[in-house]
Amino acid sequence: MSGRVLMEGSEALARAAIVSGCRFFAGYPMTPFTEVLEHMARLLPEVGGVCINAESELEAVGMAWGALSTGARAATGSTGQGLSLMQESFSEITLAELPLVIFNMARGQQDYFQATRGGGHGDYRHIVLAPQDVREGVEHVQLAFHLADKWRNPVLVYGDYLLAHTQEALAITPMEFPALPAKDWAVDGSASGSGLSKNVTPLGVAKHGQEAFGQEGKFQYIATKTPLMEREVRVESGYLDDAETVVVAFGSPAKFVKYAIKQLRAEGHRIGYVRPITLWPFPFDTVRDAASNARVVGSFELAAGQMVDDVRIAVAGRAPVEFIGGVSTDSSGFGVGRLLEVGEIRTRLLALHEGRTQPQIPGYEKFTYQLQEHQETPA
Amino acid sequence: MTVDVEHCKGCELCIPACPPAVLTMSTPVNHMGYRYPELHPGCTGCAACLLVCPDFVFEVFRFNQPQVHEVPMTGAGE
Amino acid sequence: MTTLDTSTAPADARKIEQLKPDLLLTQEHHMCPGCGEPLAVRQFLETIQDLDVVQQAVAVAGIGCYTSFSGSMDVDLVQALHGRAPSVATGVKRMLPDALVFTLQGDGDMVNEGLQEVIHTAARGENVTCILLNNGVFGETGGHMTATTVVGQRTKNTIDGRDAEYHGYPILIGDLIAQLEGAAYVARGSVHNAGAVARTKKMFTRAFESQLRHEGFSFVEVLTMCPTGWFIPTAEGPSYMNETLGEVHIMGELKVDGRVNMTEELHAENVARQQEVEAKLAAGGLDRHEGR
Repeated sequence: MSGRVLMEGSEALARAAIVSGCRFFAGYPMTPFTEVLEHMARLLPEVGGVCINAESELEAVGMAWGALSTGARAATGSTGQGLSLMQESFSEITLAELPLVIFNMARGQQDYFQATRGGGHGDYRHIVLAPQDVREGVEHVQLAFHLADKWRNPVLVYGDYLLAHTQEALAITPMEFPALPAKDWAVDGSASGSGLSKNVTPLGVAKHGQEAFGQEGKFQYIATKTPLMEREVRVESGYLDDAETVVVAFGSPAKFVKYAIKQLRAEGHRIGYVRPITLWPFPFDTVRDAASNARVVGSFELAAGQMVDDVRIAVAGRAPVEFIGGVSTDSSGFGVGRLLEVGEIRTRLLALHEGRTQPQIPGYEKFTYQLQEHQETPA
Repeated sequence: MTVDVEHCKGCELCIPACPPAVLTMSTPVNHMGYRYPELHPGCTGCAACLLVCPDFVFEVFRFNQPQVHEVPMTGAGE
Repeated sequence: MTTLDTSTAPADARKIEQLKPDLLLTQEHHMCPGCGEPLAVRQFLETIQDLDVVQQAVAVAGIGCYTSFSGSMDVDLVQALHGRAPSVATGVKRMLPDALVFTLQGDGDMVNEGLQEVIHTAARGENVTCILLNNGVFGETGGHMTATTVVGQRTKNTIDGRDAEYHGYPILIGDLIAQLEGAAYVARGSVHNAGAVARTKKMFTRAFESQLRHEGFSFVEVLTMCPTGWFIPTAEGPSYMNETLGEVHIMGELKVDGRVNMTEELHAENVARQQEVEAKLAAGGLDRHEGR
């Protein structure tokens, strides 16, 4: 694609996957991920790839697992709920050191924990990229495939409803990446019968005669690999030199936050921001340094408060940390909600900056849980 | 045939599998503590024992010239 | 009776059956005495060699006692999760259309956890072969009941026999799969005696050949003994299996050349076969090539 074409985010992400060499995709329809699947189904056969509408999310991730084992670039995705179903496989795919790329077209930012803590069992981490718009999404998808192969570890692209459905004029330009080693661990049958056939496995089982990690060794091995991936941290920040108030935000909402801060700066308010680009590894150092000179740090998220935990860890008491976001969806539970609006965000930023309590969203009083008498004292 | 007695786990599946009934379980045990099959004259080289052995204990041969043995009537067809 | 020396090869004789298949790196394994699973493993590994498709073979293993064969089978292998081998096999085959892709799963794995996966894979007509080792128990975790355990069968949690009223009925997975249009070859074998083992080998051959001809989904179920899970002496394994699993999961080719064979017909055929074999034994001996 040489010229710019108007396309929705879902299509842009799908095209980015194609130019990255992705040749297998499997998924299950679920809002707002469905269009990514539709575009992959249309685009993959054009390049000799395969896209399967799997009969369940569990089977989708299983199929991607199989494709990855042959050395192909493969991906799957869903929204948070569908990814919940795939968690066991995510954990084990990480142990098997397969380079899966996962799309979360999320319904908000409430999947932060799922993405960064790993919703599955055991010790594992995925690199998580959180694009703020379609343009960055196109870069992140390509980066995801590269990082996944670089580390032989899954990488998750955290998109959302807004990203999926926003149309932008884009040219999908392939990015250049450093060369990577050949996938000599992949299987294709050619080593069968040679005495040197291969196992692609999350278990520490090797072929008879080859050295095996065993389960104990395998867990150690992955645990020692994980911290090494922290060098892939990426972050953007601005207006921090003299900031009294620092706001941390990621993804599409971050773009709104930056816009609001730009306005507030023009009005003389000393507010700065940190935008984690990788949610894992989280930019602890950048947030810590920003907090060292600030009076207060706020975490803005479209959730009940998830990233704020990482902000608190980073700040480590250097300044008070306040959660200034909230759950924000429309009545369907999916879409863009009330908090994703510059005016709302300005109000919250100013309340934080001026030391006032955060406003209640009008109309949400009736949704507020009332403590009941039998709950008032601890059991 | 040959019997790899040290790998036998004493399951005894080969005993009834043998059509001329020329296998019986030993009295001594192998290093794992299992009794193992012993061969009597009359093996036809049918390899039924090999097919039913879970522990890959047998190798089956055919004599280049047939050898004739007399076997007791009570052994046949069991 | 005199015993013969079986420690060395007899003189003036040629080997007709070797100790283990070439594709098995070691004869050693941790299966219980009397386990039927190694008998099936031998047969499909030998079949891959006989068909001369060794360097196309990719296995996808499920989780069960047989998982340890992932280390001893000299076949490129992808380890899947419990029940999830069919979807992984799908991904492998779509990327390697000319490979011989087969799954190795137990009944707990395939029919409990993974029922959805195998049915969908069969319905889609994925060009892979799913191999089921069916002993009616979750062997690896101690021998509990599975979806294929038959009424009356002993398992760890049905020690007095599966009770239909309390535990429900078994799923006859082979029969179920045969109903699906995407399934090209479906067969159920057994390893309770040498004849059954030889017959099962033919089923593996036909299933793999079906895959190599790109006909669709192929399926070989093999009834195997688990004396440990059934809480019986090892020597009684085959007869117990015949009386329980074998009476319900009927041995035979359930679907071949587009024709689905009904259970009653297969049962009658099996009975006739058994009578034929018994007649031959009574007449004095059986050549292995006749033990179909």
